[in-house]
Amino acid sequence: MDVFLWIIYPYITLTLLVVGLFFRYSTDPMGWTSKSSELLEKRQLRVASPLFHWGILAVFAGHVAGLLIPKEFYNAIGVGQEAYHFVAVAGGRITGIAALIGLFLLIVRRLSVKRVLLSTSTSDLVALLALVVTVGLGMGITGVYDWLFGAYHYRSTIGPWIRGILVLHPNIALMRGVPFIFKLHIVAAFTFFAISPWTRLVHIWTFPFGYLRRAPIQYRIRYGLRPVRRKQGLDPDPE
Amino acid sequence: MSIKAQVAMVMNLDKCIGCHTCSVTCKNTWTNRIGAEYMYYNNVETKPGLGYPKRWEDQEERKGGWTLRKGELVLRGGSAAKRLLNLFYNPDLPEIDDYGAPWTYDYSTVIDSPPTDHLPVARPRSHLTGEPIDQPDWGPNWEDDLAGAPERCRFDPDMRGIERQVQFAFEQTFMFYLPRICEHCLNPSCVASCPSGAIYKRQEDGIVLVDEEACRGWRYCVSGCPYKKVYFNWRTYKAEKCTFCYPRIEAGMPTICSETCVGRLRYLGVLLYDADRVKEAASAEREQDLVRSQLSLFLDPRDPKVIERARADGINEAWLKAAQASPVYKLAVTWGIALPLHPEFRTLPMVWYIPPLSPMLEPLEAKGSLDAAEVLPAIDAMRIPQEYLANLLSAGDTAVIRRVLIKLAAMRMQMRRRMLGLPEDPGYLEAAGLTADDVEQMVRLLAIAKYNDRYVIPTARREGNPNVALAQGAASFDELIPPEGLLTRARERRPQP
Repeated sequence: MDVFLWIIYPYITLTLLVVGLFFRYSTDPMGWTSKSSELLEKRQLRVASPLFHWGILAVFAGHVAGLLIPKEFYNAIGVGQEAYHFVAVAGGRITGIAALIGLFLLIVRRLSVKRVLLSTSTSDLVALLALVVTVGLGMGITGVYDWLFGAYHYRSTIGPWIRGILVLHPNIALMRGVPFIFKLHIVAAFTFFAISPWTRLVHIWTFPFGYLRRAPIQYRIRYGLRPVRRKQGLDPDPE
Repeated sequence: MSIKAQVAMVMNLDKCIGCHTCSVTCKNTWTNRIGAEYMYYNNVETKPGLGYPKRWEDQEERKGGWTLRKGELVLRGGSAAKRLLNLFYNPDLPEIDDYGAPWTYDYSTVIDSPPTDHLPVARPRSHLTGEPIDQPDWGPNWEDDLAGAPERCRFDPDMRGIERQVQFAFEQTFMFYLPRICEHCLNPSCVASCPSGAIYKRQEDGIVLVDEEACRGWRYCVSGCPYKKVYFNWRTYKAEKCTFCYPRIEAGMPTICSETCVGRLRYLGVLLYDADRVKEAASAEREQDLVRSQLSLFLDPRDPKVIERARADGINEAWLKAAQASPVYKLAVTWGIALPLHPEFRTLPMVWYIPPLSPMLEPLEAKGSLDAAEVLPAIDAMRIPQEYLANLLSAGDTAVIRRVLIKLAAMRMQMRRRMLGLPEDPGYLEAAGLTADDVEQMVRLLAIAKYNDRYVIPTARREGNPNVALAQGAASFDELIPPEGLLTRARERRPQP
């Protein structure tokens, strides 16, 4: 079971993610969109959407800081366990609650505004469910587990394990003895990534960073019509 | 200098009777689909009025187009970074109700009705929810022929500066129609607003299109366009807009709105412009200089230097010939009687308008005078205030409007005198700055308006396409031509919407 959960399942889901992204990109480019419903309803979205999105982005940044950056790095720059844990739990609670409230408001909006409800597809509901479960379990860890049982040193277990997954050297032994709620959260998160290419969540993978660097006005020209004068040296252009 | 070509349009507002044939044929061609019900790539507004969507012209509120900040041309909606930070909620996006939430009617209650004492009624029913709408209070073309004008016209953004002067009393009222499509601007702010780079301007004919497959639905093109002519499809979650009927234009045919125009008021022709100076022209310091600076971009297609350069830039003989015969060049550049819509938005729009000459003959005819000295001063007492037209077409510069109206009036009065067998009055030509030959040609283009004079459109160049046979019939909006092989099969299996 451990082999399945901590080696096979992560790689199955990651494969579904990567292959799924390529497959959808090439077969269904028309479906690759953020599926905004702002045109239909603006007032409720104004609070809910930024709250959720910024909250979840901050949560993601927290996961990078806690799991992908090794503990030794923090020790080296003089951040001890106490300080780290305090910031992680406080930051995690604030951003997690923001994301969860935002998510709740988005669900309320989707269900209460009839035009939005009627334009909702099954895949939208699946995406929302995956978010609720994953974020809910995450808040269960920072908000409830930590408060009831004290700090769990995931930076010595889950952190190295997940880095092992990414460099193709997973070590199951690290995951033995990890509390149940952490395990649930991890499985939920991998499931979340696996379904993301097939739902509206696909927009996560398409943030337009290139916009900051490109020329404002975009020209395109039909194949074969590009002028060739510079190559042929017909016109010594001062430009 | 680098020369690009653009197929541009002129509309003669004097001849628009507001019949909406253009809107109907456009809708039947492009937007009779679910998700696009509320869209009119072509719509006809009655001016004065709030417009479609409401108050689209007020950029303080709508934040479309460009503005100058410390002399630098920037998008009014803010920097690229600001747009990325606001990606999750676009504060400037109109809601569907601003356009008019779409509805249909329960036609079956009328068609299937048994004989009754009372007339059966087809109830309006929302396209979005299916619920009956018993009291619609806004919709497409809600303001037709000044409906609701006494209450609403004060809020028309073009009324600024003349609110006091214009009385909406029945006897003093004025109106005209304004057909609107995408402006296919030289400096399109929708293109600059798109984070995904999905909107682009075609180099070979200047048509601005949305790449539906690259669009990610961030919605900034909608708020970035000051004319509000990019729409968000609530079903496909992608942006779409007027395509300038590119499949027709490529085949040398006029757009469907032009082809079916009952008043024969639309003109299509090629303009050559200097693409390197676009930004400079859009950055003119005074808004009133923008018409002139935009005109300075257009190159004389008969100038041998221009021709030589255009050839080097890949423009072929058919396009050069079309540019030389272009009705748009004559109307906008040679005679200067067509003007850009809201030049102060700084997008350098390419659908231009000949301002309407209000009915002016009757009061003069009562006096029996056709003399220039008596007729021309009447221009200033027209029913449509010059300030209003100036707010619409020349960034508030009434001198420009006056100059155009005098030309139009001079043409009409000269022809009238000729019809009546009176000697021509040189006062007209002098005041208008036209020659007798100009008047002759203007009459031919504006009044006789032969099909082949109105539309001079070269066919698109295909010689570079390695796969002409495959590209045939690839103009469908829904499914672009599928690449061959595995992907085709995957697409074919997908159920059609």
